[in-house]
Amino acid sequence: MNRILVIAEHDGKKLNPATAKAVSCASAVGGEIDVAVFAANASAMAAAAAKLKGVKRVLKIERAENVHQLAAVLTPQIVKLAAGYTHVLAPSTTFGKDVLPRAAAFLGVQQVSDVMKVIDATTFERPMYAGNAIVTVKVPPSPCIVATVRTASWQACSEDGNAEITAVSTDAVIPSHTRFVELKADVSDRPDLQSAPRVVSGGRGVGSKENFAVIYKFADKLGAAVGASRAAVDAGFVPNDLQVGQTGKIIAPELYVAVGISGAIQHLTGIKDARTIVAINKDPDAPIFQVADIGLVGDLFKILPELEKELDKI
Amino acid sequence: MKILVGIKRVIDFSVRVQVKKDGTGVVSDGVKMGINPFDEIALEEALRIRERGTQAEIVAMSIGPADCQQQLRTALAMGADRALLVQSTDTIQPLMAARIFHELVKRENADLVILGKQAIDDDSNQTGQMLAALWDRPQATFASKVEFKDKTLTVTREVDAGLEVIAVDLPAVLTTDLRLNTPRFVKMPDIMKARSKPLQVLKPEELGVITAPKLEATNYAPPPQRVGGKKVEDVPALIRALKQRGVL
Ligand SMILES: Cc1cc2nc3c(=O)[nH]c(=O)nc-3n(C[C@H](O)[C@H](O)[C@H](O)COP(=O)(O)OP(=O)(O)OC[C@H]3O[C@@H](n4cnc5c(N)ncnc54)[C@H](O)[C@@H]3O)c2cc1C
Ligand SMILES: Nc1ncnc2c1ncn2[C@@H]1O[C@H](COP(=O)(O)O)[C@@H](O)[C@H]1O
Repeated sequence: MNRILVIAEHDGKKLNPATAKAVSCASAVGGEIDVAVFAANASAMAAAAAKLKGVKRVLKIERAENVHQLAAVLTPQIVKLAAGYTHVLAPSTTFGKDVLPRAAAFLGVQQVSDVMKVIDATTFERPMYAGNAIVTVKVPPSPCIVATVRTASWQACSEDGNAEITAVSTDAVIPSHTRFVELKADVSDRPDLQSAPRVVSGGRGVGSKENFAVIYKFADKLGAAVGASRAAVDAGFVPNDLQVGQTGKIIAPELYVAVGISGAIQHLTGIKDARTIVAINKDPDAPIFQVADIGLVGDLFKILPELEKELDKI
Repeated sequence: MKILVGIKRVIDFSVRVQVKKDGTGVVSDGVKMGINPFDEIALEEALRIRERGTQAEIVAMSIGPADCQQQLRTALAMGADRALLVQSTDTIQPLMAARIFHELVKRENADLVILGKQAIDDDSNQTGQMLAALWDRPQATFASKVEFKDKTLTVTREVDAGLEVIAVDLPAVLTTDLRLNTPRFVKMPDIMKARSKPLQVLKPEELGVITAPKLEATNYAPPPQRVGGKKVEDVPALIRALKQRGVL
């Protein structure tokens, strides 16, 4: 039988929703699923993980060093814990991408990145070439399979489970060569870009940091998260964590509104799984219109206020 | 100090890659090739560390077929001092690449290795982390700012939550994000000069690398196509279309 270890992602207070998606992928593999929570104080996250459907056990690995999720700190512990598991999974977020390959190398395993689909316990689909090719890969099963899960391809599992929670310790030696300094995070009350059902993104066409207010205003009206193209981030209109695309966040909202974004391959990679794509752009030939379900040609500074007015009527 | 930089030859970022009809791979014949964009940034960062006053030898390294010499020559023209090509026509996956780089790192006695955060062909995002593991040294991935003092690097990393700052002791592995820097253009005289810079060709066997386990690609398929392309006339029509699709 498969025994699957899912590495939980959290910020020290709350479980990240990406964890529930990795558990869905684990369920698709099939077998006994354990979730590992590495933290200084894991109680809240362990309780949340115990509710994830399909999880058998939640392992709490509490240690002062685990207060920040540093790859160099977590990896030796993951490697110890991995013994006896057939699969080790983590979400393909910046956290999972940082930690898991380090563990895979210690285990002598070639990792599978960004699992989109499970064909069977050793065969998976993953994207390459900015999503322009979907490749089926067969993975050597021993000593174990290590994979990250492309969160946009998976629905979160339900939260009606009731797993047992066990405290576990490892005798892993933790290096001191890597130290956390600080996290500069924008605190915002807006919906989270990676899990929001609606997203409004602005591109270079928005023109400036000040002008981005029109994007925020429109997003608020829709109850949407705000995203951006790389050009908008590079130009300093918005912080980096809003970037959507091949090298930013890959998202799958119900509704994606691209405003003043041309639709470069690298941007489209991030939104391919959106249910409905709306494009607003003044250039009728912008490539974004080829993928948009609904396109409207025109000046965003005219269209957005009009849209807000119409939405008020609903 | 010695800095090793990864230079991977990949299909140019501007090419829209097509899957072959028989599902055995992607079309690469006659397609424009270039240096992986993240690797240009890696080399640029190495050059800037030197230009800011740290004495450094910068070595560009690539694994792949003989054609990789083109990309290594470009790296030499940008300012690398020497180049190493580990020549192989096999498919080199990240664990194998990391094992090869680990051998080079030991031979060269490197202090810092800068790789891209991901290669835009396989999009694996693994090699730097794997090299750091094999070397048992720190990794600072997705770097958008690097400060260098004594034997410590302070690195700002682009993470989902924002920007994380960590400090790592050298030797270490750094992987680059797009906003770390903007790579310089190569000038004609530098291309001429680069011709006489040393480029050494090695074989994986000579390095004594044990072959790493591999993923076997059994099929390539194009992604599901979106049927987009519909346009509406005005804002009320947009609202109607959204309602029709059940999103409003
Ligand atoms: C390795 C690599 C990785 C990359 N990763 C990413 C990534 O993750 N995400 C990403 O987004 N990009 C990424 N890029 C960059 C990408 O190639 C494009 O350069 C970028 O997406 C362009 O952003 P943009 O559409 O905002 O800007 P532009 O291409 O400049 O488009 C601006 C658009 O705004 C429209 N416009 C201007 N004014 C108005 C107005 N008043 N009203 C309406 N429309 C207007 C214009 O018609 C134009 O279509 C990457 C590139 C590389 C090489
Ligand atoms: N064959 C290779 N030749 C040179 N550099 C490579 C090679 N494979 C991986 N790299 C380096 O590792 C980085 C990450 O690659 P990957 O893990 O494949 O996404 C790249 O940006 C390169 O710097």
